[in-house]
Parts: sequence; structure tokens; C-alpha cells
Amino acid sequence: MATNGATLHKPLGLLAELTHRCPLGCPYCSNPIALDRRNDELDTQTWARVFREAAGLGVLQVHLSGGEPGARRDIVEITQAAHDAGLYTNLITSAVGITDKTLGALSEAGLDHVQISIQDSEPVSADHIAGYDGAFVRKRALAAEVVRLKLPLTVNAVMHRANIERIGAMVDLALALGASRVEIAHVQYYGWALKNRGALMPTREQVERAAVEVEDLRQRHHGRIVIDAVVPDYYARYPKPCVGGWGRRSLNVTPAGKVLPCHAAESIPGLEFWSVREHSLAEIWQSSPAFNAFRGTDFLPEPCASCERREIDFGGCRCQAFALTGDARATDPVCHLSPLHGRVTELAAARTDDAYSYRRM
Amino acid sequence: MNETSAVPEIPPDTRPRLPRGVRLVHNEAQGGWVLLAPERVFKADAIAAEIVKRCTGEATFGEIVDDLVKAYAAPRERIAVDVAALLRSLADKKLLEL
Repeated sequence: MATNGATLHKPLGLLAELTHRCPLGCPYCSNPIALDRRNDELDTQTWARVFREAAGLGVLQVHLSGGEPGARRDIVEITQAAHDAGLYTNLITSAVGITDKTLGALSEAGLDHVQISIQDSEPVSADHIAGYDGAFVRKRALAAEVVRLKLPLTVNAVMHRANIERIGAMVDLALALGASRVEIAHVQYYGWALKNRGALMPTREQVERAAVEVEDLRQRHHGRIVIDAVVPDYYARYPKPCVGGWGRRSLNVTPAGKVLPCHAAESIPGLEFWSVREHSLAEIWQSSPAFNAFRGTDFLPEPCASCERREIDFGGCRCQAFALTGDARATDPVCHLSPLHGRVTELAAARTDDAYSYRRM
Repeated sequence: MNETSAVPEIPPDTRPRLPRGVRLVHNEAQGGWVLLAPERVFKADAIAAEIVKRCTGEATFGEIVDDLVKAYAAPRERIAVDVAALLRSLADKKLLEL
């Protein structure tokens, strides 16, 4: 039992945000606007303890992320510690800042999988979106090295108005790079992406064409590459399940050591987060006020309370409910059954031609 | 024809193996066998685990089937069809190399 009376599940995944430092400036970054500074980052030994505690809690996979995890000088030691704790290790990288030598050392340390973000199939556009000249070339080079080392590669392609017409070319690029999996990830509007929403938002026609194209690509490339895709939030009929249920499947540790139910949870005011500096992960998972705030489904109002989908999507995303309604307990207004769904339709139509506000420290 | 007719046959001398980045582990906290893969976790039932365990890259498909026939005392034809269907579906998800 969690301390709020809801069933306590075992977490499967840990998102370890090792640092907020990143050479790229992607305008859709999911990191918070207020970024943790280098001086506040957890040290190697603390991460090693967190990984051991995570494995003890039942966590199977750790996603080494950021910022750019390669900005940590101890990335190899950190990866080794996660591997030694028995966790499946996944490196989520921009590829800028990871040298071939570092990658080789990571592979030796037991790294299981690499995910590289690619901003577009067109190099000039890709570098413009990343806010970093030459990023595209470096991504291609690191991807080739990942494949040479026989590590499995996923290409993460974040889609928005500027590149959504090139989904087919992105999948072709992923295939050419030797990826076994590609994520067609429509922007989710939190953090920096929320700030840039008007400039990133695709049109309904673009989104509908993209959905048809993804289905076609899946059939065409069946057995050659796995294509994972999600419907973009603001055009969905039902909301996405909040990280598989708040405090149910996963946890997120920030660079400074705060433990969050999801990476955007700090956007909800009034939640009390505990830190790995003061508590064990098990204590936090069971008893931290933030984890118990929306655990289970008892807090949900109508139309969720009597909805047959409440154990499927848990009323949607708490952070989105707060961002769009001002009430984190509300039905996620992405759901067409929400009384406030009209607001989402209006926001999706509120596209602008503003220049990107790049993510910077 | 039955529903397995669409599954291409697996040659008996194929040596199926898990690719790097895919691991079968037993985890009490998560309730048994799980197949860990890039950013995905699949629960494996006891039978699937027995099959995947044998996909070491050393044993051939024919040997794996023979071994399972002995272990489960079931008709060879039936086991061969079931194992082939599982392996093919794992390979399509890039969870197995054939």
C-alpha cells in the first residue's frame, strides 16, 4: 500500500537526468525552463547508490538522459554503476559530446542500447532546429559507430510543423543508419515546448497525413525496423496515459537529485518532492507526498470517475491538465469527453510564425 | 489451411539468437520472466521463456524443437509450429535474430 491507500506497484523504469547541460538548444526540449546548474548535480557515488536502490525496488531499465548525458565527465563510471546494479542501460543522447572513444568505453562498461535524436532528414533544417551548426553530421557519425560496435540503435525523431512532412525520409534515414527502431515522437507541450507551442504546432491536415503515412511505413518496413509512434496530444481523441499511471511504473531523478513521478511534474505547483540526498528511493516511492498526490484513480472527477477507460489512461496527464485548466486533478482536456476540450482545439489552431525560443541555461 | 500458414518456415539449421540489447531475465519483483529490449519490456510466460532460453546462437531450430519435444512430451509437429510462430514474431519485432 502507498501511504494514500492506493495499490503500490513496482516501478519498471528509471529516467536518470544526469545533467541539464546540453550543447543543443532544441525548442521542444522537455526539460523545465529553470534548469539545474552543474554545481548542483549529484556525484558519481550517489548515482551508483540510486541505481542499486532502484534495482532493489524492481526497476529493470535505466534511461541515462539529460540534458546531454555525455556532458558528464563520469558518464562511463555512471553507466558501469548502473550495469553493475543489474539494470538494463539505455543512453539517450544528442550524439554531440560523445566521442568514439567514450562510446567504446561505454560499450565495454555494459551499455545495452543507444538512442540518438535526429532533428530532421534535411541537414540544414536539422541544425537550425537543434540550434547547433554541424550537429547533423556528428549524429550520423556517432550512429555509424554505434552500429559498428553492434550496439542496438534507436533514432528518436521529434516531429512538429517544420519537419512533419518528412516522416518517410526520417524512417529511410534511420534504416540507412542501421537503426533497429525509430520513434516518431510528436512534440509534447511541456517545459520549453510549451513556451514554443505556437511555432511548433502542426496543422490538423499535417497530423492526419502523418498518421496515414506511419501506418503505411509500418507495413512497408515490417520486420526491418520497428516504428513506434504516438498521436500528437492536441489532436487526440483520448489522452495519453500519464506515464503509465502516476507513481505506478516509473520514476525520474533530476540532476540535483529530486525524485519526480514524471519529468514534467515540477510544473505542478504545491507538490512536495523528496530528494535522494535525504531519502532512499524506496521511501520516496512509497511515501513521498508528490508520488501519492495522484496515485490510483480515486482523485479523478467526472467524466473520468465513471469512465470505463479510467484504468487505461488514468484521466490523462496531470501536468497537461494543470497546464491547460489550472487544476492538476481535472480530466486532461485532450480527452474529447472533457468539458474543456474546446480549449485544446483553440490552442491547436493558435499557430504562430515566431522564431524559436531556443533552450538555453 | 490453418492460421499459421502465413508464417514462413524456419530452416532446421537456423541458429536463433537474441541480439545484443535483448536479454531474458527472471525478476521476482516483476512477477517472473521478462524480455528486456530497447526501451521496451515484455512479460514472457513460462513456455515462451523456455523457448527463448534455448536461443543461444548455438542450438539449431531443429535441435531446439527436439529438446522441447523431450521436455514436454508433446507431438513434434505441434511444437515446431508453435516455436516457429513465436520466433518469427520476435524476429519481426527485432527481438531475435534468425
